[in-house]
Amino acid sequence: MSTIPSLKISNLAYAYPDGHQALYGVKLEISKGEKVALLGPNGAGKTTLVLHLNGIIATQQGSVSVAGSVVDSKNKESLKHIRERVGIVFQDPDDQLFMPTVAEDVAFGPYNSGLRGAELEKVTNDALSKVGMLEYRDRPPHHLSFGQRRRVAVATVLAMSPEILVLDEPSSNLDPASRRELAEILRSLDVTILMVTHDLPYALELCERSVILSGGVIAVDERTSELFKKTELLASHRLELPFGFKL
Amino acid sequence: MLLVLIRMAKLPYRTVFIRSLVEIPFVLFALLMPFFGTGPKVQFLGLELYEAGIWAGTGIVAKGTIGVMTAIILSASTSAREILIGLEKLRVPQPLVSIATFMLRYLNVINDELGRMKIARESRGFEERGLRSWRILAQTVGALFIRSYERGERVYLAMLSRGYIGAMTKLSDEKERRLATALILPATAALISISTGVLL
Repeated sequence: MSTIPSLKISNLAYAYPDGHQALYGVKLEISKGEKVALLGPNGAGKTTLVLHLNGIIATQQGSVSVAGSVVDSKNKESLKHIRERVGIVFQDPDDQLFMPTVAEDVAFGPYNSGLRGAELEKVTNDALSKVGMLEYRDRPPHHLSFGQRRRVAVATVLAMSPEILVLDEPSSNLDPASRRELAEILRSLDVTILMVTHDLPYALELCERSVILSGGVIAVDERTSELFKKTELLASHRLELPFGFKL
Repeated sequence: MLLVLIRMAKLPYRTVFIRSLVEIPFVLFALLMPFFGTGPKVQFLGLELYEAGIWAGTGIVAKGTIGVMTAIILSASTSAREILIGLEKLRVPQPLVSIATFMLRYLNVINDELGRMKIARESRGFEERGLRSWRILAQTVGALFIRSYERGERVYLAMLSRGYIGAMTKLSDEKERRLATALILPATAALISISTGVLL
């Protein structure tokens, strides 16, 4: 295992064009193979942070590096490389799945990085089997259930064999069975994961380590099981364990 | 020729007939044409008909029937996705094919959204009646437009995240070319028209 962290963010600050400041110097380091939950109340800047990871939002101050290479949104060539390494699964699978069939959608990323023919086919099928959706490869996305669409969305990103998988609210709108199935899939993957979520039990189930983004900085960085015992600390960042849930 | 095609595509004649009923208004219009007009007249079954009208009417019916029939055969025998692949192969500009592809994908999503908005409206006692409801309906259309626009932005971000740099994935397999098959229909039509022209 390499010692270069999968993700390293130092002093990242960001203000929206209207002047509203969202991030005030975020510091975060994630080692290869770690699974980390990014928690935080609504409007804490979680999505803004995520969009920095592959250079969709240009870094204004500070730096983001993925597996040792700096994300520089002005350098088109390096950006292409970064986007192959950072796989973002967005919250609404309908935003993510835009091609006429499941297989074509999964092939979209690898195609952009230059794969063709049999190799493209293989990568697509591998990614689909990892999420258990291979038999749906020729179906149009709108014929799938929400949970299935979310799984395909994960496959679209896995197909690019990313260094780090970033999931935005992976458990939202899923029924309990789909939620568990997705957890099983995520656990089986040998990849660094950053999971943005409000679903604290899900974070506990999947991620050893949790960080809280609050007030534009990483306010807390702890083992998930320890953190969730500190009810008051959670409450000060507008986070609460669901009713009946105790550690 | 079209009948042969329907036969080859294994389409039920009934479906084709029902779908072709859209043509009726045009046929009626064409039937009226010989009664109005100017110029030389001919006697037919005791009716006085204008010659120019007859030709124009026959022209409309013939062209209309051919157009409607081909459209029906195409839509009934080919899936929307195959049509897109076809367009791509016919070298229709890539942006146009992409737009059509996205339309195909998101038509359902937007339709669902519209359905949900309708349910939400009606759940709060809205009745779709009279001039007053138009204002609300117009607002719904506006809201739908904004939502779709924003969705478009999110989709674009998702595309960028997966390395989109301006060129869409080719839908079709480049190697597969069936020029000869594709030419059968236009070639037959050309042959028939040329031979009729020569004979007359």
